[in-house]
Amino acid sequence: MEAVVVKGISKHYGKDRFVAVDNVSFTVNKGEIFGIIGPDGAGKTSLFRVLTTLLLPDGGEAMVDGLDVVKDFKQIRQTIGYMPGKFSLYQDLTVEENLNFFATVFKTTIKENYHLIKDIYVQLEPFKDRRAGKLSGGMKQKLALSCALIHKPTVLFLDEPTTGVDPVSRKEFWQMLKKLKNEGITILVSTPYMDEATLCDRIALMQKSEILAIETPQAIIDSFPKELYKAKSVSTPALLNDIKAWSDDIYAYPFGENVHFTFQKESINVEELRTYLYEKEHHNLEMEPDIPSIEDCFIHLLRA
Amino acid sequence: MKQFGAFVKKEFAHVFRDRRTLLILFGMPIMQILIFGFALSNEIKNTQLVVIDKAKDQASHKLINRIDASSYFEVSNIMLEEKDIEEVFEKGKLKLVLIIPAEFNLMLAHDKKASVQLIADASDPNTANLLKNYLAAILQDYQAELNGIGNGIGTESINIVPQTRMLYNPQLRSAHNFVPGVMALVLMLVCVMMTAITIVREKETGTMEVLLISPFKPWLVIIAKAVPYLVLSLVNVTTIVLLSVFVLQLPVNGSLFLLFAESTLFIITCLGIGIFISIKTNSQLIAMLISLIGMLLPTILFSGFMFPLENMPAVLQWIANIIPARWYYVIVKSVMIKGLGFSAIYLETLALVVIAAFFYALSIKNFKVRLA
Amino acid sequence: MKEEVIITEGLTKKFGNFTAVDNITFTVNKGEIFGFLGANGAGKTTAMRMLCGLSKPTSGKATVAGIDVYSQAEKIKSNIGYMSQKFSLYEDLTVLENIKFFGGIYKLSDSRIKTKSEELVHRLSLEPQANKLVGSLPQGWKQKLAFSVAILHEPKIVFLDEPTGGVDPLARRQFWDLIYEAAGNGITIFITTHYMDEAEYCNRLSIMVDGRIEALDSPGALKQKYEAANMDEVFYRLARGAKRAE
Repeated sequence: MEAVVVKGISKHYGKDRFVAVDNVSFTVNKGEIFGIIGPDGAGKTSLFRVLTTLLLPDGGEAMVDGLDVVKDFKQIRQTIGYMPGKFSLYQDLTVEENLNFFATVFKTTIKENYHLIKDIYVQLEPFKDRRAGKLSGGMKQKLALSCALIHKPTVLFLDEPTTGVDPVSRKEFWQMLKKLKNEGITILVSTPYMDEATLCDRIALMQKSEILAIETPQAIIDSFPKELYKAKSVSTPALLNDIKAWSDDIYAYPFGENVHFTFQKESINVEELRTYLYEKEHHNLEMEPDIPSIEDCFIHLLRA
Repeated sequence: MKQFGAFVKKEFAHVFRDRRTLLILFGMPIMQILIFGFALSNEIKNTQLVVIDKAKDQASHKLINRIDASSYFEVSNIMLEEKDIEEVFEKGKLKLVLIIPAEFNLMLAHDKKASVQLIADASDPNTANLLKNYLAAILQDYQAELNGIGNGIGTESINIVPQTRMLYNPQLRSAHNFVPGVMALVLMLVCVMMTAITIVREKETGTMEVLLISPFKPWLVIIAKAVPYLVLSLVNVTTIVLLSVFVLQLPVNGSLFLLFAESTLFIITCLGIGIFISIKTNSQLIAMLISLIGMLLPTILFSGFMFPLENMPAVLQWIANIIPARWYYVIVKSVMIKGLGFSAIYLETLALVVIAAFFYALSIKNFKVRLA
Repeated sequence: MKEEVIITEGLTKKFGNFTAVDNITFTVNKGEIFGFLGANGAGKTTAMRMLCGLSKPTSGKATVAGIDVYSQAEKIKSNIGYMSQKFSLYEDLTVLENIKFFGGIYKLSDSRIKTKSEELVHRLSLEPQANKLVGSLPQGWKQKLAFSVAILHEPKIVFLDEPTGGVDPLARRQFWDLIYEAAGNGITIFITTHYMDEAEYCNRLSIMVDGRIEALDSPGALKQKYEAANMDEVFYRLARGAKRAE
């Protein structure tokens, strides 16, 4: 069963027809966490706004819960939840007032769907009389999520919910999304953080208004066409420079504490490189094949 | 309806939590009324007055002494011919001339009615009008005294009628004009600017996106945002009326109900303009600039409150007709000061209704259920 | 002998009875890439403001590039560079106009600005875009340009506040190439980030929790100490204990 169907959606802006979304298609199954992964300016927000009926597409069609985003926008608005990228709560209202307000606007009460927001609300409760503008980034985001959930939407659209949020809060946020998934809510989430991709059931990698790949994270990793190596020594910058200098056929980049690299041609012998690096005094060198991450895949797709 | 109530409640919370805005909202009308009132009362002390006494009899002397004795006027002993009045006014040395006719005493004795002529330099209309009123009060006093003396044999009471000529500004903007003017300005500011800004703020902070997606009807969002400003504006009208009655001693001569009804109409008109601005703009700054330059400035220029419309070129007078404050100003003046009823202001009321209808129609036409 | 370009001792900032930065002591060496990590609300921004001479400490000592933050706050500003994700360049000015403007702010002579602009545009291969509005450049380019402009006046230290937020992984690495290059030229890098892989690129890093520095060492030593596989785990372990949520 499909919760969201997107067929060739395009969106341009302004006189010079700046293309924000270019002929994008995908489907999201019911009860799935679907991630749209891509950097700023990839077109994620425009795509979300089209799907949430806030913008009219310039081409293609899209359905949410079987309803057309253009014709049936009124019905769609009754059923979906949306958390825009910007902090979208009333800064001068308290935590509780914000929740109550959105509950009433969505014709429900906090009590009615309390089970959905319970885990989040427990964390917010000590601050319930604090104004939303005075909350930390992580707390604001939890409050915004509660507000988007209050009417038990069938599909939840989260536009970059974790941008600018520290890793601990991000982790907690994803744990909440998992729970919501278990409640049967379909979740569309966009993020610029590649490491969040593996937390989704399926992902679309998006760059420059186009989708580069749509698959489960594992399938994207499996389709990585090359052998990926990781190397580690005392000094990452020195190691990186030496690997780059060894051959033009090697593509190397820092990856956390390691250097990741792939070969353009398969014929190259890794052991020759190892010997070369020993000569360059990288004595405690560790070098071995590695499983690519989504970030490696994205880098590879960007270079392709 | 519960949704609507929650919305209005939230809107009031926004207003009451922003202390600075609140101070401006409620402080401004009080400040303006007091500043205008204070500045005016300051000017009227020992004003030089020339009396051209053509009668030169006991009655006229008594009257002159009486004027001289008041703290407002000082009778100058400059000798002046009637034909020279204008020249002296132009030099700016004198503001007021009283002419007592030769047959003053005779008229008092025989007709029980005499008229004196009062010529004022009305290029500064507020002062001129105030001076006129003070002098009229002294004449009243004098008249009462005469009546007191001659009251023995049940004669008719004596009546002294001041005939006033206002030079340079014959139709005279009354000193009390600033009360209607301040009312128009304050309501304009609150309803147009504040309303526009508060709606645009929701666009800026992203909350509008969430509201648009809610089952709450988008146009109800707009209406709900306007309600608190309607209430606040009515509070401001009340404040101004109370201040003018109890502090400035300016009574409401007409129907209080009519005054508030017309004020509500003006407020609704202004809210319509504010809503229209908010629909067409996406940033608080732009909304504020449009409200200030597009609305507040014309209100000050063309409402007739600061600058007499009659002296303006025809084109500007025509422009003035599309400024709602111009009509409201006339309405308040008529109801509050002249004490006239609805029949006197139905044309102005109609003008406001037309302007309001125009802006609401425009707003509905331009309203979008989606983002730009 | 290592040259220390940032020295703090018991640096504290209080807002009323709230202690945003609580008695922090650390040093940063010349040419070092120093990661300054912490959860939202841990006090990173407040600490950074004090070091940039924008906010006066409540107590404690701090010198930046040998300059005291209390008495010579203004002098610090000409010795440091600053770049953040939120504000860096004027989008409605061209690449060259931005360089010229910021060069002017830091009192570079016209001839220096000219040679510096050519050098910078060449190094970033921005020649075709030199006269285009910055707003029309892709995000990754903007960030690289902003960094280059921040070190235009050859400051001793450059403060980077989440410089790579929202940038694609390729552009993020190109950005780090620039950081390494600058560090190699002796510019000290003081950087905050939410990307834990970037934490690994730092020579040393500190993790702030509730206004205090809870850990300070090289990424390798921190991982060893907390028996963690990666920095993400280290951070999670330390920051999870945070009591305050701003």
